[in-house]
Amino acid sequence: MSKLTKTLGRVILAGACLAGAAIGAQAQDSNPGPEAYRSALEGKRVVMVPMTMGFDLAQGWNHFIGEEVKQFGGIWETRDPNWSVDAGAQAITDLISSAEKPDVLIVQTPDLNSYSRLFKRAQDAGIFVIQLDNPSNYASDVFAGSDWKRLGELETQAVIDHCGENSSRKIAVIQGDQVNASSLDQWAGVQAVLERNPGWTVAGTADSNWDATTARNAAATILQQNPDVCGIVDFWDATAQGTASAIRDAGLQDKIFLATTGSGEAIDCKLLEDGTFGAIVTSELPRQSQDVVAAIKILLQSGIKPGQSKNYLYTHEVARTKKDVTPDTCWSQAAIEAAAKK
Amino acid sequence: MPSSRPLSRLFTQETIVLLMAVALFAGFAAALPGFTAPANLLNIVRSVSVLGILAAGMGIVVIGRGIDLSMVSIMVVTVAIQLQLLQGGWALWSASAVVAAITIGLGAMNGFMVAYAGVSALFATLASSAFVFGFVRSQILSQDVIYVPPSAETLLWLGKARFLGLPLDVAVFLAVVAVALVLLRWSRPGRFLYLMGDNFQAARGMGIPVRPLIVASFVASALLAWLAGMASAISLQSMNTRLVNSALLYDVVLVVVIGGIGLSGGKGGMRNVVVGALLIGILLNGMTILNLPNIHQNLIKALILLGAIILDGQLNPRDEQTSQQGDI
Repeated sequence: MSKLTKTLGRVILAGACLAGAAIGAQAQDSNPGPEAYRSALEGKRVVMVPMTMGFDLAQGWNHFIGEEVKQFGGIWETRDPNWSVDAGAQAITDLISSAEKPDVLIVQTPDLNSYSRLFKRAQDAGIFVIQLDNPSNYASDVFAGSDWKRLGELETQAVIDHCGENSSRKIAVIQGDQVNASSLDQWAGVQAVLERNPGWTVAGTADSNWDATTARNAAATILQQNPDVCGIVDFWDATAQGTASAIRDAGLQDKIFLATTGSGEAIDCKLLEDGTFGAIVTSELPRQSQDVVAAIKILLQSGIKPGQSKNYLYTHEVARTKKDVTPDTCWSQAAIEAAAKK
Repeated sequence: MPSSRPLSRLFTQETIVLLMAVALFAGFAAALPGFTAPANLLNIVRSVSVLGILAAGMGIVVIGRGIDLSMVSIMVVTVAIQLQLLQGGWALWSASAVVAAITIGLGAMNGFMVAYAGVSALFATLASSAFVFGFVRSQILSQDVIYVPPSAETLLWLGKARFLGLPLDVAVFLAVVAVALVLLRWSRPGRFLYLMGDNFQAARGMGIPVRPLIVASFVASALLAWLAGMASAISLQSMNTRLVNSALLYDVVLVVVIGGIGLSGGKGGMRNVVVGALLIGILLNGMTILNLPNIHQNLIKALILLGAIILDGQLNPRDEQTSQQGDI
């Protein structure tokens, strides 16, 4: 009897366990999220082709986007065209025709047109195309990055706010070049703000061609001709270093307010704090990267095909001055490198 | 053509370029208010001083009938290593000593390839340029732009200091031109360099140590490249290694050639470098005041330089010796 009871007891216990397991499984089934997430994303290949891997933006993206892609079980790769438009086109072409085609292609395009046909081909081959930072004439699945016109407006407004109406109301602008959308759109932003503020004029403008020495020489010449300029907008923090050195050389560092844009790496905060830059609109790299990560996750789960939707994810950006800098305003290249070495 | 000799003597390429520079200067001075202000004249010289230092180095090599296409690469690489060492807490003097050794090594490497391995200077320096930059950029540097660290106070101070009212890069340019001028004109190796550039076989035959001389000329250009880079980095408080991909190297060759140091060797001197650099400086400065966009500036620069070359070709037809030896 006792044996029978024992056996029965065991059977009941085992049954209960099974039932419990089944209920557990049912509970899991009632939240399909993690499994759907995992199966849609695991093993997906995401490749980034920036203009070069050798600058702060690309290294930041590589860290902030790459880490999360690896986290959800995806395969993360980068290609380094080292500023060559041709090498970038070659890399994208190879990726489209390779046996291990990427599922998502992230490209920082160098200009408005160069890669437009390749984007179409990639989408036809079943690859989602995310354009990052620099817009082009081709609307791909996602554009993530700055609204450069808005960014130009923020820079110009920062200069006007600082100078005030009692100043000379003259500004100078150091542009990048005349082909890159980020430069052309910032210039449009400058114009838009000047239209809203009658009486303000651009006393001088020049292209830096993204070179700090050229920026310095141009700024020195403009300041020489117009020493009463009260503020300068420079379209990139690396060239703004050259512009700042022209301002220093002219002995005008206390009079001229320099507004620029950059990735928000620690050097930007340092230059803001030591007064080299008056204001900076950073591209908010960590949040921008998070937008890209979200786009990847949504595209791969949505069931839509590449080319079926066009989305624009503009990063919310603000102009910051010295008083807005907190210890976590900027991200640190050194910290990323240290993390990569672990 | 005996009758055309005096005319061609009068209108050497150097004189043509000088006249062009003067004409441009007069034109800008009349049309643009403030162009002749002393500060703007300083801007003109300053905008070409780094270019001028590089062109002085290139000029020395070209006079010896070589060419150094690795100058810009050596410039960014040596300065980037130096700034990297400073960031790592090295003292300025020890970092400079290490980089000086590296620079001499790189110049000597170019020189040995040309003088002893018999590789043409064009290909030897083209290859070493790509190799040196590729190696250092991939193995040592993690970023395109290297900043002068705040701890390097001497360098930051030099950036703000003035020497007889001149910024450091201008002072260095003038000093380099003066020293090179004296060495080329009055020193024994300087005279030998001209002889070697003019006729290599004859120079060798008369016992000039041509191979060490070639090595020395490449070491000089490497050292001047480093100096140019430091002058630029001190002024900008950073070094952008991406300069390697820019048109800077072509501008250097342009200044040398347009100034009148013929690529066939043995001709010209530091005066030509100054004239060539000034033409470029006046052009760029005037066009910046006129707010011309970069693409138009490049177009106008190219047209004026092309004009100078064509005019020179008309006034100074190629002589028999050049057509036998050929240019580079």
